[in-house]
Amino acid sequence: MTGPVLRVTDLRKAYGAIRAVDGVSFEVMPGEIFGVIGPNGSGKTTMFNSVLGQIAPDAGRIELNGRDITGLSPLALNQRGVGRTFQSLQVFGKMSVRDNLLVAAQEHQGSMWSRIFAPGDSGLGAKADALIDQFRIRHVADKKAGELSYGQQKLVDIAMAFMSEPDLVLLDEPCAGVNPSLVGGISTLLKALNRTRSTGHKASSFVVIEHNMDFVMDLCHRILVMVEGRVMAIGTPAEIRANKQVLDAYLGN
Amino acid sequence: MKGSHLIAGAVILAVLIAVPPFLKNYGIYLFSYWLVFVIATMGLNLTIGYAGQKSLGHAAFFGIGAYTVAILMKAGFSFWFGLPVAMLGCFAIGLALGFPALRVQTIYLAFATLGFNTAVWLVMRNEEWLTGGTFGINNIGRPGLFGVDLGSALPYYYFVLGMTVLLGALLWKLLASPWGKAFTALRDNPIRAESLGVNIQAYTLLSFAIGAVYAGIAGALFASLVDFIEPAPFTVGVSIMMYLMVVVGGAGYFFGPLLGSAVGVLLPEWLRFAQGWYLFVFGTAVVMLMLWLPDGLLSIPDRLKARRQARQASAARTAAAAQLGEVQR
Repeated sequence: MTGPVLRVTDLRKAYGAIRAVDGVSFEVMPGEIFGVIGPNGSGKTTMFNSVLGQIAPDAGRIELNGRDITGLSPLALNQRGVGRTFQSLQVFGKMSVRDNLLVAAQEHQGSMWSRIFAPGDSGLGAKADALIDQFRIRHVADKKAGELSYGQQKLVDIAMAFMSEPDLVLLDEPCAGVNPSLVGGISTLLKALNRTRSTGHKASSFVVIEHNMDFVMDLCHRILVMVEGRVMAIGTPAEIRANKQVLDAYLGN
Repeated sequence: MKGSHLIAGAVILAVLIAVPPFLKNYGIYLFSYWLVFVIATMGLNLTIGYAGQKSLGHAAFFGIGAYTVAILMKAGFSFWFGLPVAMLGCFAIGLALGFPALRVQTIYLAFATLGFNTAVWLVMRNEEWLTGGTFGINNIGRPGLFGVDLGSALPYYYFVLGMTVLLGALLWKLLASPWGKAFTALRDNPIRAESLGVNIQAYTLLSFAIGAVYAGIAGALFASLVDFIEPAPFTVGVSIMMYLMVVVGGAGYFFGPLLGSAVGVLLPEWLRFAQGWYLFVFGTAVVMLMLWLPDGLLSIPDRLKARRQARQASAARTAAAAQLGEVQR
């Protein structure tokens, strides 16, 4: 497919008089890692949640692989191949790490009724084990996710989003609260996941919101800078670094 | 984990098979009564313990099952016709009761289900043409099974035990399937679950409906066991008691209802020696339990395991620190 995976056109969402998202448009190409940066309150998360069906946008159009997905529920979006992580940790605390991964993809296996008679791991055991090894969480795989350290839970959280092999993954601050050494690890993991999927049959694309500039500049192919609900600039990391307007408004001091 | 469950199940089953023949009729009756509540609270444990839906309306389904079978048997139908009708009715009404849970949660859901229980109870009390009102329905009778008369205490007990084992095995199978994980995901974090493709609306409704079917079967067995039903055993108070049984045994623990129902049904009998003080003793015991074991009796092994692991981790850390000290020296 040559068209964009995600196309957002003139997205708008206001809370009373505050225009949180004020006419945002962008495209994410197959296999692309697309960064979204901007100061706090610039509307990144509102834009994210509109795309993900968590809140209903006031206006605008969102397309996934050319199909209109505006206003679809998070469930419907996931069924169409959209994965996500949340800004805060969202693991299933009382389930084992392995079960967290299994449940993250089992609903894509067969019908709801057929799953009553399916094996407990839905035939996803090998895939879960592969991700467990890739994320280096083998030693905690049988522990309850809620008992792990913050960094380990963050890894589980991210791994879960990839279990169902989505076309598009939206990651909301994957490095929030993570220690510097793990930030590098997460970057490496995301690059590897992007590469393996890009060379496969289906391309996978990521949209990443992140405040850690080194992380974003290193990881992303293109970056969107949001300020006060609007797109200030879209470009490669080098272009963004060189953009005087962005430097004045956000990056520079 | 699975092996230990299997062994525990086998030991419990052996005791439940071997002990009752040595009991008097009243003892056998109590054991049957206990198992009826085990079946009902197994269903409630699915709704509350696994799927996380706070329901205070379970006794209504217990009553719907009991009245359905009683009314049909009085009309000349067989128990074996009444039972599936009761199950279907409870499934349908359970689905309907699940709808409020799609909008409200926690204590608000509890109150919505409590209102439902009150409404059902009022129908049982006021619609005399159907339910006999406060006079109830008597001489309900007991079914036969494959030519075996279940009229006397011991055969009926074994029948109830067989049903308990069958329903327990079915629940075990359900929880071991992907559905079990979906229910737990719904309980732990519905928003994340939905973003991973879990149809939280369907699973919420089904957790109520399946739980209700278990209560309906328990009610059907109850009607035949006691031979006489009236609205009193199906009040909101009984729903609260069933909730308590689930919590005391350990919500979300497979064998929780077995222990919890023992506390709710058998313990009051053993506390009879206390006479007027019985409720005081029972109430105090529940308060203590909630203070020290908020996750129920079956959380004790988990707690001990966690403590042992913490001790080992701490010992390992001390050893590592000592080694580090030597290196530095």
